[in-house]
Amino acid sequence: MDAIISTPAPFATGRWQQHIDVRDFIQQNLTPYTGDASFLEGPTKATQQLWQLCLDALKAERDNGGCLSIDTDTISTITSHAPGYINRDLEKIVGLQTNQLLRRAMKPFGGFRVVDGAVKEKGQQVAQHVREVFEYVKDHNSAVFQAYDPEILAFRSKGVLTGLPDNYARGRIIGDYRRLALYGANALIAAKKADKLAIDGELTEHTIRLREEVSMQIKALEDIKAMGAMYGLDLSRPAQNAQEAVQWVYMAYLAAVKEQDGAAMSLGNASAFLDIYIERDLQAGLITEAEAQELVDHFVMKLRMIRHLRPGAYDDIFGGDPTWVTEAIGGQLADGRTKVTKTAFRFLQTLYNLGASPEPNLTVLWSNQLPEGFKAFCAQVSIDTSSIQYENDDMMRECRGTDDYGIACCVSHQEIGKRIQFFGARTNLVKTLLLALNEGREEKEGTTLLKGIAPLEGEYLDYDAVMANFKKSMDEVARVYTKAMNIIHYMHDKYYYEKAQLALIDTDPGIDIAYGAAGISIIADSLSAIKHAKVKAIRNEAGLTEGFEVTGEYPMFGNDDDRVDQIACEITDYFFAALRSHKTYKNATHTMSLLTITSNVMYGKMTGATPDGRLAGEPFAPGANPMHGRDVNGAIASLNSVAKFDYNSAMDGISNTMSLVPKSLGHNKAAQVENLTDLLDGYFAKKGFHLNVNVLDRDMLMDAYEHPEKYPQLTIRVSGYAVNFSRLSKNHQLEVITRTFHENM
Amino acid sequence: MVAAHHLRIHSIESFGTHDGPGIRLVIFAQGCQFRCLYCANPDTWDPHGGREMHIDEIVQLAISQQPFFGKRGGVTISGGEPTLQRVVLLELFQQLHAAGINTALDSNGRLLNDEVKDLLAETDYLLLDVKHINDDWHKQLTGVSNESVLQVAAYREQTGKEMWLRYVLVPGWSDQPEYLHQLGRHFAHYKSIKKLEIQPYHRLGVHKWEVLNMPYQLNDVPPPTQTQLNEVATIFRQYFTEVVIN
Repeated sequence: MDAIISTPAPFATGRWQQHIDVRDFIQQNLTPYTGDASFLEGPTKATQQLWQLCLDALKAERDNGGCLSIDTDTISTITSHAPGYINRDLEKIVGLQTNQLLRRAMKPFGGFRVVDGAVKEKGQQVAQHVREVFEYVKDHNSAVFQAYDPEILAFRSKGVLTGLPDNYARGRIIGDYRRLALYGANALIAAKKADKLAIDGELTEHTIRLREEVSMQIKALEDIKAMGAMYGLDLSRPAQNAQEAVQWVYMAYLAAVKEQDGAAMSLGNASAFLDIYIERDLQAGLITEAEAQELVDHFVMKLRMIRHLRPGAYDDIFGGDPTWVTEAIGGQLADGRTKVTKTAFRFLQTLYNLGASPEPNLTVLWSNQLPEGFKAFCAQVSIDTSSIQYENDDMMRECRGTDDYGIACCVSHQEIGKRIQFFGARTNLVKTLLLALNEGREEKEGTTLLKGIAPLEGEYLDYDAVMANFKKSMDEVARVYTKAMNIIHYMHDKYYYEKAQLALIDTDPGIDIAYGAAGISIIADSLSAIKHAKVKAIRNEAGLTEGFEVTGEYPMFGNDDDRVDQIACEITDYFFAALRSHKTYKNATHTMSLLTITSNVMYGKMTGATPDGRLAGEPFAPGANPMHGRDVNGAIASLNSVAKFDYNSAMDGISNTMSLVPKSLGHNKAAQVENLTDLLDGYFAKKGFHLNVNVLDRDMLMDAYEHPEKYPQLTIRVSGYAVNFSRLSKNHQLEVITRTFHENM
Repeated sequence: MVAAHHLRIHSIESFGTHDGPGIRLVIFAQGCQFRCLYCANPDTWDPHGGREMHIDEIVQLAISQQPFFGKRGGVTISGGEPTLQRVVLLELFQQLHAAGINTALDSNGRLLNDEVKDLLAETDYLLLDVKHINDDWHKQLTGVSNESVLQVAAYREQTGKEMWLRYVLVPGWSDQPEYLHQLGRHFAHYKSIKKLEIQPYHRLGVHKWEVLNMPYQLNDVPPPTQTQLNEVATIFRQYFTEVVIN
């Protein structure tokens, strides 16, 4: 049948017309898709040409030591830079962070010293007039350190508390970027003005501040309009067709990444929303499938080109220059319909049309109810590109009570437009165990960090005595961690407020405060060794542990063995309860993650020998993974162990990474797709939370290690997100290679 | 002597994808009387090696893994030669069936008696290794005759329950076209055979021979090339509806 070109149908009406309510708009207008991937189209000529320009720029960036250029003259704001293009004639979706592709901008309000250092490392200088600004203006970093106390500083410098967002932007907050497309900036400004007027009555510190914050949000919306005008876009009004909807959403996101350089700045959950516009234009015959795909390809291309200016020290922790532009795809609606649309497929299709890529961080919200055609396509794309991660939609919908959420950073649930998150990186919980074994002294230099930790008597470690000390140590770490977090987020609100993102979120939203813990599998194995085998601590002259002798066998985490798996759960529950006993800034709700990002290498370097037999300096396992090579019963037993953690104790996410060679999934592609689908169904039915799936072979990785230039697009998922393999440090690359390969013969 | 209700096992692979349909919990039984020259697991031969595992523990593992099985997966007992422990395996398979879990037995067909017949009745998928169709070659390759193997196959055909044939392709030893055709002709009319799997010979077990201080006799035999595998598959496809290279 020939397409008939007609006026697009009006949207179905609903609450969304009287209130800012994108979820309702989606509920009323969504067209769920239950078919297979056969409708998808390849890249258009324009897409191929544009992507080639991007590949050229990426090569130039690599050749230039990982940073193509820096604008050292300008403080980045929503309106700071003139429009930038890849190729103006070919781009369906426009907008760059600066006036040039991959050029990085300075966002110094998180910490001027860090920006100054990053620029100097690249052999350049921050312009004098920018430097002068910070002689008069305080930044987040300076403010935090004015409020820190010696205890926090000691925990921080000894690596017990790590990666805290006290000298860079906290990120993690997800603006509801869809709002700009659905309502236009003018309607959003009117709503915010009404909100501000409604903040009345007895004025408290909270309400006074809220008035100031909403005013800043209104200013940000005005700025967004101005930025759009530079590109010839009228963002004051709602988007009127598919191209505008994609463009408007991107402009809202672009405003956020021009203003902020948070470690992780997710896109949210845009695909189902955008599908409504795309489907409407397709039905009206205004666009073809190839043109629909082109819009998504060009959007995703832009998201791949997002850059932040980072110092070298940052990259040591978060290898691979990540931006965590996380987009959540799929899942089910609360009413039982699927949220999978053709545009969910189109987002995944970008991994073929543009090649594999770690960004945007495509996250499939997996429900056992997902349409079979979508499940099979996800499995196929995973096997072909290793560029998808999966999270348990059934569990999150049930526990968090919404079907409209995104994933902040790598694995953390966030309701879109209703709640925000205070990012808290993580504590090295293995260090805490070593404090417990060393009378509260840090294991390397012997600095006393905790008081009142009793010395351990006897030649062999006693489980009950160790546990008592460990729990006491966790209580203390939780107390100090909370102090640091409250200071950081108080100051971030004050000195580096995310006005562009908060302008797209309900006024006075709910807040989660996201703590984190690293090294749970080492702790489980260490305690299991002490309990089930005999562990002797080898101490140096200062009485500090420098090694451990393990006699006998003990059950190891990762083999579906409750004797050790329950220890891992008990410690997680205990530490979370310890955190929860403290009051939080803005009464934020406590959450915790078991996550390391790529920092598991760095954590290992900074941590002495442990009672499980791990030597000083050896890497941790990523996230909640079992330690390398100890999960001897194969992948499912390993998954079953990790699935035992209680989500209620780790609502910020439980990260699990799985590396497989293709053959281990089955003898041919069809079998591999079926088995991976069954594996995902099984893991999430077992209440597993998150799974990274790397399907690759060891030879390919070894070759990539030797010849990184040959694999510019090789994507490997590492604990919670995907990275570009060639952008990992050699150390990180080796770590990925030596990680457990679930190879079976 | 193995304690009652215990299986002597070599190892466990919880993510088996090559030993029966779907995702399978594969238990490698300890003990084997075949002495296959190419054996990748000579450490499974000694019937006194390995460790004992209570079958309740195995059932528990399987139940813990059940959500991963989907519509196809289940438990496979491989080895070693599992029928050496047929009595306890019958008990295990009955319990697995009671839990709604399908069973597969990867056997080299060493034995056919009433106990084995009882076990086969509880076996949803028999994966029967036919090492060679020619008895002289079979003896050279494995040290024993193929008579019992063919008996097991014939018996399985009688019962009408599903069977997959597995054929290890060893260049120079089990790739003679005339014998491949002979094997095809022998089994072509079997209705119980749903699939034939070609298992390419590999050398990943050689180091185990060294550890066990046994001379490895196939040092000069290379793994089959893709071309060789395809040629053999083409021959088998004349006789079997589904032929896969595993």
